[in-house]
Amino acid sequence: MTRTLEATTPKTVNPSRTVATSTSARLRNWGPPLVVFAAIIVVWYAAALYLESLGRTTVLPTPHRIVIDSFLPTDGGRPITTDLLRALWLSTEVALIGLAISIVIGIGWAVLMSQARWIERSLFPYAVFLQCVPILALVPLIGTTLGYSFESRILVCVLISLFPMVSNTLFGLQAVERSQRELFKLQGASRFTVLTKLQFPNAMPAIFAGMRISAGLAVVGAIVGDFFFRRGQPGLGILINNYASRVQTPELFAAIITAAILGVAIFLIFGLIGRLAVGRWYEPAS
Amino acid sequence: MSTLTLTPTAVSTDVASDPLLDFRNVAMQFPNGTVALSGVDLTVKRGEFVTVVGPSGCGKSTLLRIASGLENASEGTATLATKRIGYVFQDATLLPWRTVQSNVELLAELNGQPKKARAAKARAAIDLVGLSGFEQNLPKELSGGMKMRTSLARSFTLDPELFLFDEPFGALDEITRERLGDELLRIFVEQQFAALFITHSVAEAVYLSTRVVVMSGRPGRIVDTFEVPFEHPRDPDLRFTPEFAKLCGQVSHALREGHS
Repeated sequence: MTRTLEATTPKTVNPSRTVATSTSARLRNWGPPLVVFAAIIVVWYAAALYLESLGRTTVLPTPHRIVIDSFLPTDGGRPITTDLLRALWLSTEVALIGLAISIVIGIGWAVLMSQARWIERSLFPYAVFLQCVPILALVPLIGTTLGYSFESRILVCVLISLFPMVSNTLFGLQAVERSQRELFKLQGASRFTVLTKLQFPNAMPAIFAGMRISAGLAVVGAIVGDFFFRRGQPGLGILINNYASRVQTPELFAAIITAAILGVAIFLIFGLIGRLAVGRWYEPAS
Repeated sequence: MSTLTLTPTAVSTDVASDPLLDFRNVAMQFPNGTVALSGVDLTVKRGEFVTVVGPSGCGKSTLLRIASGLENASEGTATLATKRIGYVFQDATLLPWRTVQSNVELLAELNGQPKKARAAKARAAIDLVGLSGFEQNLPKELSGGMKMRTSLARSFTLDPELFLFDEPFGALDEITRERLGDELLRIFVEQQFAALFITHSVAEAVYLSTRVVVMSGRPGRIVDTFEVPFEHPRDPDLRFTPEFAKLCGQVSHALREGHS
């Protein structure tokens, strides 16, 4: 008998193909936003120079002033780079610890809810509640009850960044196709087996998407917490606050830019981690 | 041809053995009041390839779900004489994060077979469906037909005595569909399992089966049964013979009668 096969030779995914197209793809991806960035700088200069001509030099410093005054060591003025780096480190630490706690609690909470309808009904409203309550309104309460320490800053981060972890994980765990569930059921698979071999892997893309959102929120939490918890080592938020009250505009911009870079870096890093973890097999619905 | 057989090849006298699947007066009414099946009598023995054709929504899939134990009949009895069932779903139901090899190993893994044994079993099954060389590919790198082959291979790893097919080729193009049908028949001839196959394609039903069962629209009842006289192994060109066309015509006619 002849066997007619649609596939007789092994097909391997050619890695060089992705490399070959990446240069033009990179240009396509990065070109337009870079043009916009250049345009923003141009407008910034125009506005800064215009304000300077009116004699209002403290409102909007030119971009190079920010770089020279704040980021570069100079003979005359004191570079604030050291202060910035120390604050950056502290804020990063707070954000990452807060995020780590959110990830653990969020995933645990979602796994618990995925186990039974009644658990979900009992616990999900509180996840939503957490999302709806303005966390900033709670911050003074946290301060008066728990003090203004490092732990309180972390608690603010956790409260702000928890919800996306809970909701994304739960969504991923529940988004298993019925036939896949039945495939496991036909083999008499236990609840634990279904969770570890089917639901959890299936939820990974959603979990990483949630992680990326939570990471951004954790940075927000770390900086916002600083505005309230002003004791101890200064984080980026305290620096921003100090520079603003002293009208040190170039330094203020430098601190804001550093905070922005921290947010973007954490967002990108978690996007990359997600791609490394699930990009191999995951095909986002297009 | 692959020399490896996953189940001992049965001799043809086995055909007269006890049914592996026995439906007696099976009816199914869902809690919402919908009657999906009514008064279904059906047996499938080793060496029989029974196909059920019927209009959409006639309860064909419910029939399979009762046979597999995923649902319980609300009336009558459905008796299974084996625990070794292969269930092939409408879609390939592969786990996208697992390679072909690892997907095919899944059922044996869930049954707690040791790693080495299940890996060997999976390789044999992959070879059987003609996917050798693709063991390390991920589902997203496979065509629809290859996904379905992987799904078939997976169901073979448990040495099923009874196969339940829920319109497995429904989503494939006609060429792939006929090819996979040929492949399935080749394996059927080799292994002589029992098969209950759901489809809405009359030609597919007649080509694959030893018996075609025609069901009416809701509630699903069996309106007619046709023994298919063609010898195995079947030539793909059988599809173009007058006898084949005639039988297809009779089945289609019965379908229309049952539908009205």
